[in-house]
Amino acid sequence: MKERLFTSGRDMLNIDPVVNAWHWEIPAYLFLGGLAAGLVFFASFYYLRGKEDQMPTAVKIAPFIAPIAIVLGLIFLLLDLKHKLYFWQLYTTIRLDSPMSWGAWTLGVVMPLSVIWPLLYLDDLKKYFWNRNIVIYEIIDWLEKLINDFDFTKTIMGWFKENQKAIAWANIILSVILGVYTGILLSAFNARPLWNTAILGPLFLTSGISTAAATIMWMAYDHYEKVRFSRIDLWLIAVELFLITHMFMGLSSGTSASMDAAALFLGGPYTVVFWVGVVGMGLLFPAVLESMELLGYKVPIAIPAFFIILGGAIFRFVMVDAGQFSKYFFQ
Amino acid sequence: MRYAMAMDTKKCVGCADCVVACQTENNVPEGYCRDWIVENVDGTYPLLDLEIRSERCNHCEDTPCVRTCPTGASHVIEGGIVKVTHEECIGCGACIESCPYDARYFHPDGYVDKCTFCDHRVEAGDTTACVSVCPTEALTFGDLDDSESPITKLLKTRKWKVNAEEAGTKPQVYFLT
Repeated sequence: MKERLFTSGRDMLNIDPVVNAWHWEIPAYLFLGGLAAGLVFFASFYYLRGKEDQMPTAVKIAPFIAPIAIVLGLIFLLLDLKHKLYFWQLYTTIRLDSPMSWGAWTLGVVMPLSVIWPLLYLDDLKKYFWNRNIVIYEIIDWLEKLINDFDFTKTIMGWFKENQKAIAWANIILSVILGVYTGILLSAFNARPLWNTAILGPLFLTSGISTAAATIMWMAYDHYEKVRFSRIDLWLIAVELFLITHMFMGLSSGTSASMDAAALFLGGPYTVVFWVGVVGMGLLFPAVLESMELLGYKVPIAIPAFFIILGGAIFRFVMVDAGQFSKYFFQ
Repeated sequence: MRYAMAMDTKKCVGCADCVVACQTENNVPEGYCRDWIVENVDGTYPLLDLEIRSERCNHCEDTPCVRTCPTGASHVIEGGIVKVTHEECIGCGACIESCPYDARYFHPDGYVDKCTFCDHRVEAGDTTACVSVCPTEALTFGDLDDSESPITKLLKTRKWKVNAEEAGTKPQVYFLT
């Protein structure tokens, strides 16, 4: 029998036996960043197409989640840093070679823009939360009064309203960059063969937009909008399945390192969680429910929406974890 | 100048003197190390091959760790030595994820730490701590641009390999076989 015994004399924290430098903070951020990117994208897209009143949830209501998601994501990113007080070093240089550098800059611009958008729709938000959540209603009411109390804040808000079109265009471009960034961040590491595939950028973008569509679908109060987003989500799920298939085709016809990476999902330790958790529960199951809904069966929209969002989150946790598991073997 | 190291797998006995010398010289905190010993047994009994290697940062020519660093803390200095500026490092772990050799780690003080090819000794005209203590002289450190240096001669006369060549990093630690 052929024997192969590899012993490393090293047992270092977070490095051995496999690198484990990134824990829950990174996938949680990737999920929130993707969700925020999708929400900002839909809001700006339908606003620019003049569908403000046909898609009220997408344009006016749901975008208030984006700044919350981004701030939460930024807090997670900060928690992940081991030298936390030095985080400002990110903003002393621009390094185009490093996705983390231009991602940090993108977030620095998206963050204030995502706050502006919901401020333009405080009245609609108040109406939405009036009989849903009185606490949020009170907070929005207080915010609105605060803005109306000062002349300069009113002037600034007026200026934003006038230039909303420009903001929407900036949002569309930045949200795509943000969505792609969540995938590129991982694919820039050629030391982790699972991540080192160009398809990760579009795949994470699609998945992020899909979780955003599910959120909007869940929040929508108008039948027309619910059905529209249900259809959009079906398309996005199809695109995701297509990209996932291609990811595995690419990996399993690549170098031995990529083949080993693909094997983690094709019989390896991540097989069940990926195919059952992500593909089955997060993509196929909601796709079936949504198709049934569109065919006229009664399905509470919250069920497919919940599973799409959950699947998107699991997907990121699995990819970050499995990626750190995959490596070049030299013996 | 192009600093490199040759590691003779035929001479190494795995005593880990290089590991201890490095930890002492560079004040490496307990539980961490910048170089380490790897043992690899390969073959079919009784025809087994044993290879012992002393591994460390490969001070690659194409450095993914420097490329992915968002602040510029990871950088290359004269002679191709890859270093980390502690005050600029935010501890994001991007360089750790990008190293195919897993040669970097989080120092308990928050920054990322790794082998420096003992640049403070090399600058003073000395050799690295690990090389200076190796009892079997399995380690050779030197300048590849100098055609008369012992390391250049070793790489000319001996067979060698590098780790994970397919990762495309052009590593500069050569294993003589």
